[in-house]
Amino acid sequence: MKPAPFEYHAPRSIEQACEMLGSLEDAKVLAGGQSLLPLLNFRLARPAHLVDINRIPNLDLIYERDGGVAVQALVRQAEVEDSNLVARVCPLLSLGVRLVAHRVIRNRGTVCGTLAHADPASELPAVLLALRGHVVARSTRGSRIIPASGFFTSVMQTTLAPDELMVEAWFPASTGRYAIAEESRRHGDFALAGAVRYGDRLVLFGVAPTPVLADPKDPIRDLRPSGDLEATPEFRLHLVQVLTERLFAA
Amino acid sequence: MTTRWFGAPVQRVEDDRLLRGRGQFTDDIDEGALESFIVRSPFAHARIKSIDVTAAQSVPGVVALYLAADLPFGSTDLPILIPHPNLTHGRTQRCLASDVVRYVGEAVAFVVADNRYIAEDAADLVEVEYEPLPVVITPEAAAAAEHLVHDDVPGNVAAEMLQERGNVQEALARSSHRKRLRLRFERGAASPMEARAVWARWSEAEHRLTVYDSTQSPTSIRGGLAVLFGLPESDVDVIAPDVGGGFGPKIMLFYPDELLVPFAAMRLGRPVKWTEDRQEHFTAVNQERGQVHEVEVGFDGEGRVLALNDDFVHDAGAYTPYGIILPIITAAQVPGPYSVPNYRVRFRDMYTNATPTSPYRGAGRPHACFVMERTLDAIAAELGLDRVEVRRRNLIAADQFPYEVGVAWQDGNRVVYDSGNYPALVDRAVEMLGPRPAGDHIGMGLSPYVEGTGVGPYEGAHVQVLVSGKVVAATGIPSQGQAHATVWAQIVADALGVDVADVEVTSGDTRKFQWGVGTFASRGAVMAGNAMAVAAGMVAEKAKHIAADLLEANPADLELAGGRVRVKGSPERGVPLAAVAVHANPMRYAFGGGTEAATQFTPRPRPGPPLAVGEQPGLEATGYYSTTGSTWAAGCHAAYVRVDPKTFRLEILKYVVVHDCGRLINPLVVQGQIEGGVAQGIGGAFYERLAYDADGQLRNASFMEFLMPYATEIPAIEIDHIETPSPLNPLGIKGAGEAGVIPVGAVIASAVEEALGVPINEMPLSPLKLYELVTTRS
Amino acid sequence: MRVNGVAHPPVGDSRRLLSDHLRHDLGLTGTHVGCEHGVCGCCTVLFDGAPVRSCLMLAVQAEGHEVTTIEGLAAPGEPLHPVQQAFHECHGLQCGFCTPGFVMSVVGLLREHPNPTPEQVNEGISGNLCRCTGYASIRRAVLRAAELSQK
Repeated sequence: MKPAPFEYHAPRSIEQACEMLGSLEDAKVLAGGQSLLPLLNFRLARPAHLVDINRIPNLDLIYERDGGVAVQALVRQAEVEDSNLVARVCPLLSLGVRLVAHRVIRNRGTVCGTLAHADPASELPAVLLALRGHVVARSTRGSRIIPASGFFTSVMQTTLAPDELMVEAWFPASTGRYAIAEESRRHGDFALAGAVRYGDRLVLFGVAPTPVLADPKDPIRDLRPSGDLEATPEFRLHLVQVLTERLFAA
Repeated sequence: MTTRWFGAPVQRVEDDRLLRGRGQFTDDIDEGALESFIVRSPFAHARIKSIDVTAAQSVPGVVALYLAADLPFGSTDLPILIPHPNLTHGRTQRCLASDVVRYVGEAVAFVVADNRYIAEDAADLVEVEYEPLPVVITPEAAAAAEHLVHDDVPGNVAAEMLQERGNVQEALARSSHRKRLRLRFERGAASPMEARAVWARWSEAEHRLTVYDSTQSPTSIRGGLAVLFGLPESDVDVIAPDVGGGFGPKIMLFYPDELLVPFAAMRLGRPVKWTEDRQEHFTAVNQERGQVHEVEVGFDGEGRVLALNDDFVHDAGAYTPYGIILPIITAAQVPGPYSVPNYRVRFRDMYTNATPTSPYRGAGRPHACFVMERTLDAIAAELGLDRVEVRRRNLIAADQFPYEVGVAWQDGNRVVYDSGNYPALVDRAVEMLGPRPAGDHIGMGLSPYVEGTGVGPYEGAHVQVLVSGKVVAATGIPSQGQAHATVWAQIVADALGVDVADVEVTSGDTRKFQWGVGTFASRGAVMAGNAMAVAAGMVAEKAKHIAADLLEANPADLELAGGRVRVKGSPERGVPLAAVAVHANPMRYAFGGGTEAATQFTPRPRPGPPLAVGEQPGLEATGYYSTTGSTWAAGCHAAYVRVDPKTFRLEILKYVVVHDCGRLINPLVVQGQIEGGVAQGIGGAFYERLAYDADGQLRNASFMEFLMPYATEIPAIEIDHIETPSPLNPLGIKGAGEAGVIPVGAVIASAVEEALGVPINEMPLSPLKLYELVTTRS
Repeated sequence: MRVNGVAHPPVGDSRRLLSDHLRHDLGLTGTHVGCEHGVCGCCTVLFDGAPVRSCLMLAVQAEGHEVTTIEGLAAPGEPLHPVQQAFHECHGLQCGFCTPGFVMSVVGLLREHPNPTPEQVNEGISGNLCRCTGYASIRRAVLRAAELSQK
């Protein structure tokens, strides 16, 4: 289980990184690497180029803007977990990030990386969608804001273009009523099914190719989850109802 | 014998190096070794049409690439470790497959390169053309035999065995109640944290092959390598250094790498290393547990079992390198701690297109226990009786030992329980479990069990007192974490009257001790422990005889204590053991250690040469312990669990264990064995299973999907001991290695059944499984 | 990169995993490799003081950073680090393969929670797999380590 050969690049600025992503064929961004490295080690991913953004300075800030918190590309999940600012402005994000894997993984994994990886069973994409947050993408073509509702397209697919680097994610303040719940086999595992509540808004994860908005009164309407070893589609639908009930009870 | 160290919670002597990161596991050994990778079959059953290695061989850094035809032993079927007359159709694989592959993971080619990265790059380029053949995956499919795993094995039946005690048909006919059950156990995996590894070096100058192997049986590997490579055994050293957990499957004769690595090292004249990665470990290393039982039980209105008929299929996997030990153990252990006057058991060992099976901690026993306990629960349900009471009514009484079960044991002898007190175990477990917690969807499970441990044929040990007074001891069987170096030091220290810190034990290194069998079947403490006691006892006798000459005393009046040999009742009259060691070598050029003290004593003169015929120099001895019977450990587990009726999450509210492994050598070590075993049992009951799809692909060959529990899934476990010494060995000990795992499935099944009110007839469970059971019922 | 306070020359091969670099290039074989996909935790080391998986990092990424391995906790001949000592006292290891990863995770845990609650202990070690102990003795060891660290 060793990675297949690749060419390694360590840009020192966002501009340099964007140039690389714009010019290199089959390049992959390496941030925390907690999802990418397993794929490389299993040789399930064999990018020709790795663009390691960890050497880019001033890309590791959590800051308040526009009534929410911005989390830059190199902010580790553990930093978000421990951030007083996040706890104050966006406690839903604090809750959500604690459900990501284990602390040792969160010490290295990044919030932006998790969003870009877009695993359908991942918590943070659902949190972003529930809060109506957005991500900021940069390329040599410029900068653009992609709202969560237009970001996740399919299993591990987003609207981020191959030449774009996600430089930050923005989570609006969670002022309304919020909660997150999930069922996983072991502590820290990806969810068999999960649900985020923000006000009257319900976002489900682990039950569709992307996180999806659902009607709290009929959360399984139009839902067609896939099955795997630990959950059949029927069991997932059942769990969605159980989780929704829990989030909206009382 | 004093009992100063035996029984004491001595802290482990092996910890320091392991805690400092200075242990030596096989992959830690380097010496410029080339690294390697095994190309494995991606098909569960296929004919190999062609293999093209040209592209792979051209990768810079590739040193060698071997196929079956390149191996002098390439057309030899690998051995059957334990042949048996009922294994009429035993089949083993070859080191590298060249014709037909029969499971995903079967070795096909071996790449040696400057490093593992390059070896994997080259392996990607090995082009094997396969013609897929129909696959046989489940035991049921094997029994249906629509397809064959081996063309020349009719019905896929490797072995069949029928045993009967009493007359089951007659007893069933006269039973007032009868019940049938179908019980199923899926495959699981031992998953030690260290996967397997082999390192080898051939020294032309010394004409010597040195192999480091993360095996549970270096002596067997050594013998086998000597035969296959045409070397005298004295030219082959096999060392199991620190081994990162074994739990059974690290014994084979052979895994292909155990031949390929030494072969390549000899052929290339350079050290070669192979380290298994986790992904290949899932399919390359033996698995266990797959069985399907059809049970019929006859019982009376009081819940007493009158007759039990068990007809089961054991999933052998693609080959039978380990013989039929597993189904034999299951067949022997189904009655467990219960009196079953009429017992008939038939098994068929069936080939499937999956990884071969061999013992994994518990080795056929968790299934056996599950079968019997499910049966007793069914009886209790049928009669509306208390489940614990039904168990009590069937237990073998404390005065019935030795107790003959009436079936064959894995060593070829009959099953005879040597000692025990099963009712006391159940009583204590009930007491420890205490009142039922308040709340809904809570269930109780309780299961006593027995475990045949300490099987023969033998182990040996060498014990030597150095002139420094320190003691070195060695035995053939290696440790995979069971604290051998500590517990055997305790035994030796007691026999020689020295401090445990002055005894250094080596195990699993054929350079230090060349005879032995292996670490398996909860036999290490019983076999090697008693061998240590024998050897140390011989040294003590020798020390007394030498000291008798020095002290002008009768050997019978001497004792060993405080690092000295001294006169009983006059402790001031004595000689340091170190000085005795000096005198034990009458042709010495001695210095250091006890030499100075030795000069204070002159042996009384005796006729003849200094070393009489039959005498040996040195304060050392080699001793062996051999036995015909097994020691039968026993215990009882009980638990309260809560199952969330909506999410079907399992919460273990309380888990208690009462354990009887005879006399405890070191309670800390036994506690660790039990706690670890229970955790492994919980994994096997609710989290772990090997999920093969219809094509024979293992769908969860990673730690992301094969769900070994973390700390968050394992509750605290309360443990108590009852000590019923074994009459079979002088130390009165029984094995403890596997006990923790055996009844966990039975306990969880019983508790979940009560919590949810649905019949549980299979293992393992999961939230999904419980959801399906509940929704199917309603 | 500095490993246990010692500076080392640049990494040759950029695809080499940090775990392999530590073990096979620097000879620090106390860091173990159990799964190479970040689940088992055997390869946990401190990266700039925080525990991380060394199998999920490229060695080149560690250049300019400080890595601490199990060998760096207590010099040979010196007394054990309190976490190591606690594992010894509480029988917190059997085969010892997962142990370095656990010890490094616990060092990180106790830095964040010097007096961990039982829940924090469980959470703190929940990213490491052990197949021998059943975790009970490790939980005891973490609490003991907290005690020893404050002496």
